[in-house]
Amino acid sequence: MLVQQIITGLSVGGIYALMAVGYSLIYSLLNFTNFAHGLAVTAGAYIGFFVLSRMSNLFIALIMGIIVGGLVSSLIETIAYRPMLNKNAKRIYLIIAGAGVSTAGENLIIILFTGRFKAYPNVSGLEPIKILGATIGKVDIIMLIACIITLILVEVLLQKTKIGLAIRGAAFDLDVTSIMGVNVKQLILFVFMLAGSLAGLSGYFLGMKYTAYPMLGQMTNKAFISAVLGGLGSIQGAVVGSFLLGISETLISAYISSSMRDIFSFSILIVVLIFRPNGIMGKNVEDKA
Amino acid sequence: MNSYWLGVSTLAGIYLIATLGISILTGFTGLFSLGHAGFMCIGAYASAVATKMLGVPFYIGLIFSIIASVIVGYFVGYATLRLRGDYFVITTFALGEIVKLVIENMVTITGGAKGMPDVKPGTTFQVVLILDIIVILLLVNFLKSKYGRNCIAIREEEMAAKIIGIDVMKYKMTALLISCALCGLAGGLLAHYMHYLHPNMFNMAKSNELIVMVILGGQGSLTGTTVATIALVFLPELLRIGAAQEWRMFAYGVLVVLIIVLKPSGLFGNRELNLKGIVSPFKKLSSKTQGGK
Repeated sequence: MLVQQIITGLSVGGIYALMAVGYSLIYSLLNFTNFAHGLAVTAGAYIGFFVLSRMSNLFIALIMGIIVGGLVSSLIETIAYRPMLNKNAKRIYLIIAGAGVSTAGENLIIILFTGRFKAYPNVSGLEPIKILGATIGKVDIIMLIACIITLILVEVLLQKTKIGLAIRGAAFDLDVTSIMGVNVKQLILFVFMLAGSLAGLSGYFLGMKYTAYPMLGQMTNKAFISAVLGGLGSIQGAVVGSFLLGISETLISAYISSSMRDIFSFSILIVVLIFRPNGIMGKNVEDKA
Repeated sequence: MNSYWLGVSTLAGIYLIATLGISILTGFTGLFSLGHAGFMCIGAYASAVATKMLGVPFYIGLIFSIIASVIVGYFVGYATLRLRGDYFVITTFALGEIVKLVIENMVTITGGAKGMPDVKPGTTFQVVLILDIIVILLLVNFLKSKYGRNCIAIREEEMAAKIIGIDVMKYKMTALLISCALCGLAGGLLAHYMHYLHPNMFNMAKSNELIVMVILGGQGSLTGTTVATIALVFLPELLRIGAAQEWRMFAYGVLVVLIIVLKPSGLFGNRELNLKGIVSPFKKLSSKTQGGK
């Protein structure tokens, strides 16, 4: 039973990790919380539903989820954030705009697709299997493996490619990176697209696990908590925080009570902020006075 | 005035107290909160439970509302105001959710997700109007004082405020506690006006509405907040689109984005309504006509 909970927790954590990495990337670069991140997740979930309603190919639905997530995120950046980034507006305005986009988007989805839960049509070959005496859904294992592969790919992108170098540089100091000759505007768009793709993928998995519904974007709150837990500003931290949160959430839900699960997660956030605001692996960067 | 519009006016007055609090927090001190409906929730349930279970009269219930919200606000502030603004936003957002979840779980006291009926009546238009006037007078005084100036300084450039010796933490906390007290008071008034409470009355959509009213009116203007609040409470009633909550929330979201992108200072910017503002255009007009002879 414990093994089952841990594997479930890991798979949930993997999904959180996909969202948290995207969120953390944007935060590292631009220093603001992208509240519209949830929209890319929801978009991925709904696209997965629509594709799977028409054809039974899981893989195509997955790819479409990724693409649509990236598109939605890039669109949000272009319409809502870029005008203000160009004017070098205060970060709080970006946050407010993000919250506005999130509200508008969620309600638009309700208007267009009704608030009903859209369950993914039955896809074959996903019965539970037995490992070590615990019954684990094949879906969970596949999701976990896919998340791990994706996270490794992202890490490789960041560490070994030229654009990864640019991202790391921009995360350290945006202005200096632009002085060094990097087209920062394009880079920001790329990062939003990357974050959105990850969000779309996680949306696809969430849709598969929980059905697609307009408020799915609220799952990104868990991503925020994971990123804070792991340390804002650190991509690896976001991953660590996500898995930790996923596992502990699942354990609390199983052994104490499922209604305490969300209270627990949000309380973790407050506890972390009181006692260790930098999280587990965060770097404390302050303006020099 | 027939009783329907009286009711809408009372509602507008109740929300006005809350949005004035948010205005101090966001508009004048620059702290953005996505969960202040949670404080309204605390205030509402505090007063409802107090009047129901302890049998206290309506006004004492309101005092309970204020105290409860302020206490919770103090802890939230203590945890997050030392840190960067982003942490505060996320935490208030989390708080809004936690409050709702906790209330839903305390089924025996609060009725949880079934709602809490039979809350004592007590809120009338006169009460709300008097409270509005008192609050506005108090806040105008606050803003004209050293407190107000320091809050504005913190909003503009926190580092510089610290350098010249302003105790940033103290003023941020003051602004936060004022906003919590006012939201709690508004929540209590709402409870005794609706005679019914349900946690979903204080969800994320409600927090968003409060924010929209302040942003639309203009950060840094109590007049703007007042005008925007009255407009945004009356408008759905006038246009009868209040029934379609999704359309209204969609419009709010788009409105917020448009305002922030195109005119971040909102309707009134940081201008307030005052005698000089009304008289001076006339003076200018008369001097122009004289000078253009």
